[in-house]
Amino acid sequence: MFNAKVKDKIATGIIYTLSGIIVIILASLLLYILGSGLRYVNWDFLTSTSSDFSKGSGVGVQLFNSFYLLVISMLISIPISVSSGIYLSEYAGKSKIVNVIRISIEVLSSLPSIVVGLFGFLVFVIYFHMGFSILSGALTLTVFNLPILTRSVEDSLKAVPGSQREAGLSLGLSKWETVIHVIIPSALPGIITGMVLGAGRIFGEAAALIYTAGQSAPPLEFSNFNIFSPTNPLNLMRPAETLAVHIWKVNSEGLVANADQVSAGSSAILIIAVLIFNLLARYIGNKVYKKITGGE
Amino acid sequence: MKDTIRESLTQRSKSAKLETRGKIISLSFTAVIVILVISIIGFVAAKGSLIFIKDGVNPFDFLTHTTWKPNTLDANGHPIIGAAPMIVGSFVVTLFAAIIATPFAIAAAVYMTEISSKWGKKILQPVIELLVGIPSVVYGFIGLTVVVPFVKDVAGGSGLGVLSGAFVLFVMILPTITSMTVDALKAVPRNYREASLALGATRWQTTSKVVLRAATPGILTAIIFGMSRAFGEALAVQMVIGNAMLMPTSLVSPSSTLTSVLTMNMGNSVQGSTSNNALWSLALILLLMSLIFNTVTRAIAKRGEF
Repeated sequence: MFNAKVKDKIATGIIYTLSGIIVIILASLLLYILGSGLRYVNWDFLTSTSSDFSKGSGVGVQLFNSFYLLVISMLISIPISVSSGIYLSEYAGKSKIVNVIRISIEVLSSLPSIVVGLFGFLVFVIYFHMGFSILSGALTLTVFNLPILTRSVEDSLKAVPGSQREAGLSLGLSKWETVIHVIIPSALPGIITGMVLGAGRIFGEAAALIYTAGQSAPPLEFSNFNIFSPTNPLNLMRPAETLAVHIWKVNSEGLVANADQVSAGSSAILIIAVLIFNLLARYIGNKVYKKITGGE
Repeated sequence: MKDTIRESLTQRSKSAKLETRGKIISLSFTAVIVILVISIIGFVAAKGSLIFIKDGVNPFDFLTHTTWKPNTLDANGHPIIGAAPMIVGSFVVTLFAAIIATPFAIAAAVYMTEISSKWGKKILQPVIELLVGIPSVVYGFIGLTVVVPFVKDVAGGSGLGVLSGAFVLFVMILPTITSMTVDALKAVPRNYREASLALGATRWQTTSKVVLRAATPGILTAIIFGMSRAFGEALAVQMVIGNAMLMPTSLVSPSSTLTSVLTMNMGNSVQGSTSNNALWSLALILLLMSLIFNTVTRAIAKRGEF
C-alpha cells in the first residue's frame, strides 16, 4: 500500500498534529487561568478577609494560612526526610528490610491524597483530639510530602561521586562526619531544589486538608500576641482554610455571590505561586551549586 | 594519676560515638516512615472492614448492588449498601482519561526525544513540568467553568457527568504521563537507534519498531501511574461529576466516584455510625486499588530493566 517513506511522512504529520494540540491545550489553559483571574487580583483581594455570602470578599486569611501551613509542615518534614535520605543512601545496603523500607516509601507516595487526608482526620483530628487545626493539617501534609522529599534527598546524595566519600574517609573522618561535612554540602543544590518543588506541591494541596485543617477561616488579628487566642495568626490549634481549599469550597457550596471571581483570582494566585516555586527551585539550585563549587 | 593515653585507647572515640548516634537517628526517622505506612493501611483496613464485620453487609453485595441507603435495613436486617455506581464511576473516568491521554502523551514524547529535541526541551519540557505542579482544584475550577458548559452545549444534559470528569482528568494526567514517557524513551540506548537507521530504516520505522518497543515497559509504567493518579483524584472530579449516587447511564448523566462520595459525605456523618462505616469501606477500596496499581508498576519495572 504505502511505502516506508510515505508512512514515515504520515506518522510524522500525526505526531506533529498531536503535539501541536497538546501545546494548544496547555498554553490556553495557562493563559485562561491567568487571563481570567489576574484582573481580580489586587491589593484588596490579597489582604481583605473572606465572607461566605456577600460580594467583594478577599482571600487574605487563606493566603496567610497557606504559607503558615507550608512553613510548619516543612519544619516537621525536612529533618525526617533528610535523615531518612541519609540512611537510605549511605547506610542501607541491600537487604530484605531495606527493600521493605523502599516499598513502603513507594506505597506512601502513590496513596491518593484523600486517603492520607482521611487518615489524618481519624488519627490527628479525632484520636489525638487536635481538632480541625493547623497542627493536624501540617502533620497530614508531612505524611503526604515525606516520601517525595526522602526520595529527592536520597537521589541527590547518591549523585555525589564515590570519590568524595573515599576522600573524606581517607582523611580519617567517620562515615557520619563525611556525610555531614562532605556529602551534604555537595548535594545541597539537589536537596534544596527537591524541597522547593515539594513545597510547591503542598501549597496547592486541598484534598488532604479539607478534613484536617478544616474548611473555615476565622478572621485573624495580626496585633493579637496571645498565642492561645483563636484570632492569633500563629496559634497552631485554630482551624485554617487554605487558598486551595477555599477554591474548592466556594465552588462546591455555591453560597458566595461572586464565587467565579474569587476562584478565578485564587487560581491565578496558585498558578503564579507554582511558577515562582519552580523558578526558585532552579535559581537556588544553580546559585548554591556555584557558591559551593567556586565556579562562575 | 590518670592515665590519659590508656583512656584514649580503650574508650570509644568521640567520633565513633557520633557515628553510632548518627546512624541511630537516621534509622529511627526512616522507621517513622515505615510505621506511618503500616498504620495508614492498618487504620483504614480496620475502619473499612467494620461494615462487613459489625453490620453484616455481604462483601459481594457491597461490590455489585447499586443502591446506597446506609440508614435503611433490608429483609435480613442488614443496611442496604451497594457501592457499584461509585466503583463503576471511578473506573470509567479513569479508563477514559487514560485512553485519551495515552496517544497524545506518546506523540509528544516522541516529538521531544526523536524529532526535535532542541525545541522540545526549550518550550515543551518546562511547560509540562509546570503543569505537573498545577493544583488539582485549579483543574477542577477550569473544568467547571470551561469543560462543563462545553459538554452541555455539545452533548446536552447538565454537562456534569462522566465525560466532563474524564476530560478534566485527561488534562490533569497528560503532563504526568508525558514526562514519564519522555524518561522512558530517553533511557533507550542510542546505539539501538543508530543500528536501526544504519539498516536503512526510516525514522518512523526506527521509532515504532525499535524505540517504542524497547521502551514499552517504561511507557506502561507511565500510563498506570497516570491511571492511579486519576483514580485517586478527589476534588477536581468531585467538582464536575454531578455527585449523584446513581449508576452512570450515559456519558452526561450525573454520577459519582469513590473519591467524590468520600469528599462530599465524610464531614456529614457521625463517626462510628453505619453510614460512616460504609464510607470508610469506600476508602478501603481506594487504598487497595492504589496498592494494586503499585504492585503492577513494580512488576512491569522489574521485567523491563535494560
